[in-house]
Amino acid sequence: MAEITLVEAVRAALAHALEEDPSVIILGEDVGVDGGVFRATEGLWQRFGRDRVRDTPLSEAAIAGMAVGLAAQRFRPVVEIQFQGFIHPALDQVANHAARLRNRTRGRLTCPMVLRAPYGGGVHAPEHHSESIEAIFAHIPGLRVVIPSSPGRAYGLLLSAIRDPDPVVFFEPKRLYRAQREEVALDGAGLPLDTAFTLREGRDVSVITWGAMTRECLEAAEALAGDGIEAEVVDMATLKPYDAATLLASVRRTGRCVIVHEAPRTGGFGGEIAARIAEEALDALVAPIRRVCPPDIIPPLPKLEAAYMPTAAEICAAVREVMAWG
Amino acid sequence: MATRKTSRKPNASAEELLGYYREMLLIRRFEEKAGQLYGMGLIGGFCHLYIGQEAVVVGLEAAADEGDKRITSYRDHGHMLACGMDPKGVMAELTGREGGYSKGKGGSMHMFSKEKHFYGGHGIVGAQVPIGAGLAFADKYLGNDRVTFTYFGDGAANQGQVYEAFNMAALWSLPVIFVIENNQYAMGTAMRRSTSTPDIHTRGEAFGIPGEEVDGMDVLAVKEAGQKAVAHCRAGKGPYILEVKTYRYRGHSMSDPAKYRTREEVQKVREERDAIEHVRELLLTGKHASEDDLKAIDKEIKAIVSDAADFAKDSPEPALEELYTDIYA
Repeated sequence: MAEITLVEAVRAALAHALEEDPSVIILGEDVGVDGGVFRATEGLWQRFGRDRVRDTPLSEAAIAGMAVGLAAQRFRPVVEIQFQGFIHPALDQVANHAARLRNRTRGRLTCPMVLRAPYGGGVHAPEHHSESIEAIFAHIPGLRVVIPSSPGRAYGLLLSAIRDPDPVVFFEPKRLYRAQREEVALDGAGLPLDTAFTLREGRDVSVITWGAMTRECLEAAEALAGDGIEAEVVDMATLKPYDAATLLASVRRTGRCVIVHEAPRTGGFGGEIAARIAEEALDALVAPIRRVCPPDIIPPLPKLEAAYMPTAAEICAAVREVMAWG
Repeated sequence: MATRKTSRKPNASAEELLGYYREMLLIRRFEEKAGQLYGMGLIGGFCHLYIGQEAVVVGLEAAADEGDKRITSYRDHGHMLACGMDPKGVMAELTGREGGYSKGKGGSMHMFSKEKHFYGGHGIVGAQVPIGAGLAFADKYLGNDRVTFTYFGDGAANQGQVYEAFNMAALWSLPVIFVIENNQYAMGTAMRRSTSTPDIHTRGEAFGIPGEEVDGMDVLAVKEAGQKAVAHCRAGKGPYILEVKTYRYRGHSMSDPAKYRTREEVQKVREERDAIEHVRELLLTGKHASEDDLKAIDKEIKAIVSDAADFAKDSPEPALEELYTDIYA
């Protein structure tokens, strides 16, 4: 066991994967000598050599394309994109090639690659360093979208993502990289993908979230408990394909649902969750579904960022509102 | 457009020439048949024919060895036939049947063969170029001496990710031959209207990648250039660019009205530079084969293509459940 931060957990998972499987290769801008823009790959270059931890030019499209070629030759490339906002040039390769190789070849070729990128705001960065664009990727069949929310889940989910036979985009909540430490058993055990984690049980309302927003949701749940409201906090963790069973079971138990994400409202993944609940558990609802998320604007500069990001107080307010029903 | 040096003596044996003739003719007759089946409504999706460009893949395949890899764009039927994939499986994929290389789920642009090291058929213009560089990266990493032929067109040569791949391939000395099949038209846009300089083979200079122009209507010239490029890559000297000047006789796809060029222009290339006619002439004037020998080959090829078409028509449609397979493991 080691008491580590989320970014240390990412590094430990990468090191374990490089150690256990010679087909794992890390590619990305500054991942080698410099150790990565957030130091996620620090020390790996020295330990595993420059062939396996490879600095690349600033060429996101070709990095992703080369990873597809490597994966088609049975390698397991793990690509780091410095910020999620820089991922757009790679989208063609991810959407049109990585996600479809299995289907086009009827399984003769697969694409076991991982694309890691830090996402999210709250770190006083400019707009394209603060994005939360997971919904774009969650719209792509054949792709897995995984977002950890703690050091332990970062370690276990990243290992499973690397071992997965299909392409995974792994979005790391950069605000949590160094925000907390927790005991993690660095034993190489993966956590299940496509599985939601219930972080706190509660009978009154289901608070559905993922990534960095789990913190605000847990904080809100704690505050609400003081008033006798028991909120269940569900961390989706994998958005594609997602664990509808856990989600629906929770809503069926509580009859109320608040969805929290830091991506803008329209087209955010919360819309999919709300639609699914409406389709399959409408009879269990005693209150309308509420979304707590930023409006449809571009992430602002730091001075206005606090107004943009959902807060525990806003989550509490949404919960109190749905509690007023039924 | 380069004109053929007719005085040139063939540096190929009768056996080789007959082989090239046979392979190029197979591609042409196969594509003619595909065009017919498309016209009959038997082929869904799009269908991009390779007629006119046969000498490019046949010449380069003559320079390839077992284990070398190839990847190309959506105009891919010729590449598959030239690397030895089964015409039946290719044609049945065009008709979207179970017997096709992707069991009827890939179509004209998306077929693959691990056995023949054919990594697709890709529909997004230029996107196969970094993937090809990645295939070469894997071979370099594994320490073997395999080479990857990465084919793309003059149109794709204007895509940004091509140059990202050039830089990385040169930086890491990857064994990849960038084959630019310059058929003069990016869909309906003539090169002079789309491309700032006419010599695309010089586009690697900024990255230190050698490049040369090749007459793509002369299979022997293509083979020779291919051998040079392969030797360069196998010697560990990094990537190489071949700009192969060729010409597509048919439309960009089957739904192309071809308003961007005259019938006369097409007719002139067919009459004066046709790659198959060229080899036919070499065979006859060199007395390597008689008219009757060539007729016998024609007949044999027709039978292969006809069998492929029958197979493609008779093979069953994929079951409805197949919609949901091979999305995830």
